[in-house]
Amino acid sequence: MGDLVWIFTSAMLVNNFTLTLFLGLCPFMGVSARVSTALRLGAADTFVLVLASLAAWFLNTFILEHAPYLRLISFIIVIASLVQIVEMVIKKVSPALFRELGIYLPLITTNCAILGLAIFQTNRGYGLLQGLAFAIGAGLGLTLAQTFIQHHEGVIEVESQPGRTSFRIVLPLQ
Amino acid sequence: MTRQATTPNQDLLRGIWRENPVLIQLLGLCPALAVTNSVANSVAMSAATMFVLLGSSFLVSLLKRFVPGEVRISTYVLIIATFVTLADMTLEALVPTIHKALGAFVGLIVVNCIILARQEAFASRRPVGRAMLDALGTGAGFTIAMLMMGTIREVLGNGTLLGYQVFGAAFEPWVVFALPPGGFLTLGFILLFLSWIQRRRAEQARVREWPEGVGERRAA
Repeated sequence: MGDLVWIFTSAMLVNNFTLTLFLGLCPFMGVSARVSTALRLGAADTFVLVLASLAAWFLNTFILEHAPYLRLISFIIVIASLVQIVEMVIKKVSPALFRELGIYLPLITTNCAILGLAIFQTNRGYGLLQGLAFAIGAGLGLTLAQTFIQHHEGVIEVESQPGRTSFRIVLPLQ
Repeated sequence: MTRQATTPNQDLLRGIWRENPVLIQLLGLCPALAVTNSVANSVAMSAATMFVLLGSSFLVSLLKRFVPGEVRISTYVLIIATFVTLADMTLEALVPTIHKALGAFVGLIVVNCIILARQEAFASRRPVGRAMLDALGTGAGFTIAMLMMGTIREVLGNGTLLGYQVFGAAFEPWVVFALPPGGFLTLGFILLFLSWIQRRRAEQARVREWPEGVGERRAA
């Protein structure tokens, strides 16, 4: 249990995917207009990460033992197809949920955080539960980084005159 | 860009500076930030990326007539993943310590958007030779950016260059440059410096063009 808690907090805070491993930078830079978007994207992210973790665990345990050289190829195909299938199921079963989360799913599949999670999980030899703790922690960590960027409302102002340049960094504390 | 006729020279040189994948197009930031804390890591990562670029551009350009449009992206990704697997295993066999330091980021070359972008925008519609030139130029541009980052971060963050001391024992390394925030800082300063140069050049070009009438042109 202790190591699960450790893996979870480490993935969420200490080794945050965006801020220390530079994974998933594209949506981090791109989608930063509204907080509600960040939360939904974060939820969709976490969902796909959990799927990817399960898929990677399954492949590693049952299939790739004798063919480790197929790891990257099979990870990328299986995860992409799985997300595609889930997207179709959600669209069919719950159009409302699809509007909330579904539109982000194809975008997320090409996000390096997903493949990154699968590879990290393999390299560290995580089991099923450890992988799940890792995936949920990483997903919350991505959400955290994203909402933080949108919430802090800080600005950096640069003022330049001949011979003199000043920077002003404003971070609102309320 | 790709729709206009370009010369082989342009195909090769474009990616190196004017359309540098990292410094100008801001693609592939993951590896540029994550594994540039030393020059050795940057070199290994650049070499692996160059290999994958050359290999996949070659194959994609060669097979362009046989790949149906609907499944082209998945085909490119498969081809790229194959070459990344080769690069991964080669690095592991030749330089195991660096391979360990790079960790998951070698595998992550699969999702490096520079490579997929070159396949989609160039290799899939050009003859093999041109595709290889483009891959070579883009790979060189990536390498230049990685080396800039790696050199700055290793010298400042560790006081060494390729493992050799540069400042003498009295130097207190700025450890932050070897850590993740140092990646963001270094990239930010490099981009700042480049845009400063670009603006100065544009300014000078304007002065040359309108020796005494800069103000008039601005007003117009």
